[in-house]
Amino acid sequence: MSELSVNHLLGIKYINKQDIDLIFETADHFKEVINRPIKKVPSLRDITIANIFFENSTRTKLSFELAQKRLSADVISFSAAQSSVKKGETLIDTVNNILSMKVDMVVMRHSNPGAAHFLSQNVKASIVNAGDGAHEHPTQALLDSYSIREKLGDVAGKKVVIVGDILHSRVALSNIYALQMQGAQVKVCGPKTLIPRYIESLGVTVEPNLRKALEWCDVANMLRVQNERMDVNFFPSTREYAQQYGLDKTLLDSLNKEIIIMHPGPINRGVEITSDVADSKQSVILNQVENGVAIRMAVIYLLASKIQ
Amino acid sequence: MSQKILLTSKEVNIILHRLACQLIEKHLDFSDTILIGIQPRGTFLAERLKDLLEKEYNISKIALGYLDITFFRDDFRRTNKPLEANKTQIDFIVENKKVVFIDDVLYTGRSIRSALTAIQSFGRPSEIELLVLIDRRFSRHLPIQPDYRGRQVDAINDEKVKVCWVEQDGEDAVYLINK
Repeated sequence: MSELSVNHLLGIKYINKQDIDLIFETADHFKEVINRPIKKVPSLRDITIANIFFENSTRTKLSFELAQKRLSADVISFSAAQSSVKKGETLIDTVNNILSMKVDMVVMRHSNPGAAHFLSQNVKASIVNAGDGAHEHPTQALLDSYSIREKLGDVAGKKVVIVGDILHSRVALSNIYALQMQGAQVKVCGPKTLIPRYIESLGVTVEPNLRKALEWCDVANMLRVQNERMDVNFFPSTREYAQQYGLDKTLLDSLNKEIIIMHPGPINRGVEITSDVADSKQSVILNQVENGVAIRMAVIYLLASKIQ
Repeated sequence: MSQKILLTSKEVNIILHRLACQLIEKHLDFSDTILIGIQPRGTFLAERLKDLLEKEYNISKIALGYLDITFFRDDFRRTNKPLEANKTQIDFIVENKKVVFIDDVLYTGRSIRSALTAIQSFGRPSEIELLVLIDRRFSRHLPIQPDYRGRQVDAINDEKVKVCWVEQDGEDAVYLINK
């Protein structure tokens, strides 16, 4: 086992294939650990981690906290809604105040793209990006690829379609980087208004027709429509979106092969996928959540081993 | 760098038979006993002993598991070399069982200290014993001693004891290497 090429996990763009392989190998060991009767190891007992969430999160925050606690790290968590950020404190001041309490690592979610990168340049701590605006969400992309690897044996050579709101999605961008780095082919599918212009420059193809996209792919990653980020109407109605880009059981069963259904959560049941699809045996949505803890344990463990 | 042979293939074989007999003396039919090979190098010795007990001494169904101690070590972030994890495979309950840890070399005792903590993730054994092929007697950092030992060696800290196995290294032998 070697070590990561980076001291922070800011995005998939900044790491390489060897890093991804190392994270996956380490996650394999942690997956075994979290299935033991006692799911905890003492590795990080002298490490303190702050989880700073300037944006709402349930699953990612819980998953990070659980990963940190399973590694025996000391954890402090805060959400911006209850903090002095509301009183006008700057990001660097907030974080430096937290670091004065001898914190070694910061896991941050922020609505501004590049916030994690900015922080890594300005404070002395290892930074993990838990989502920065519509930019990147690296641990989600890692756990998505890890779940594909677990289900299909390998990511290389697989065909993955990302469906839905690509424009507002940090999950889409991180997934595109991660999948391509591992040798998968990627298509995006969604209403034209929700596909970023020039997305082809990332090496992906655009398929406006959901049926054609699904017939092509091995894995479909169904993204949530991010209504909270939409200041104008990107499509006429939720009903029309569901008719054009929603995946239901009839469509899934009419395909000539069994594909894997993924969703980063939270699901809008009946919009991007129906309940019977979300709960079908082709869906790996709950596996993704379990793998999320193992992947985050691996990332934190590997970054912590580089803290001096 | 010079090396001196401590045990030849024939001597290793005799010692393995003796250790197997000593285990039988204490554990009889092994119905309440679990052998645990400490990763990475203890697994060869554990597999070899299981094989011997089953084939030469007709004891059936010996429970053998592998325990990786990487995440329980006390030198995380204290060495320049990254800690390398291995597979843990314990497919049975250790609660109230007699556990025998098996490792190739007992040196500082820190690995065994980690293993004592790690095994607790799988339950509370009724007792834990330690079997090693080589016991480096003057090098202990902790009050840990083996219950079964193949050979005791008085090596100084500059020397390294290397245990070779046919499966991994092409021969059964133990060398003392002068660094």
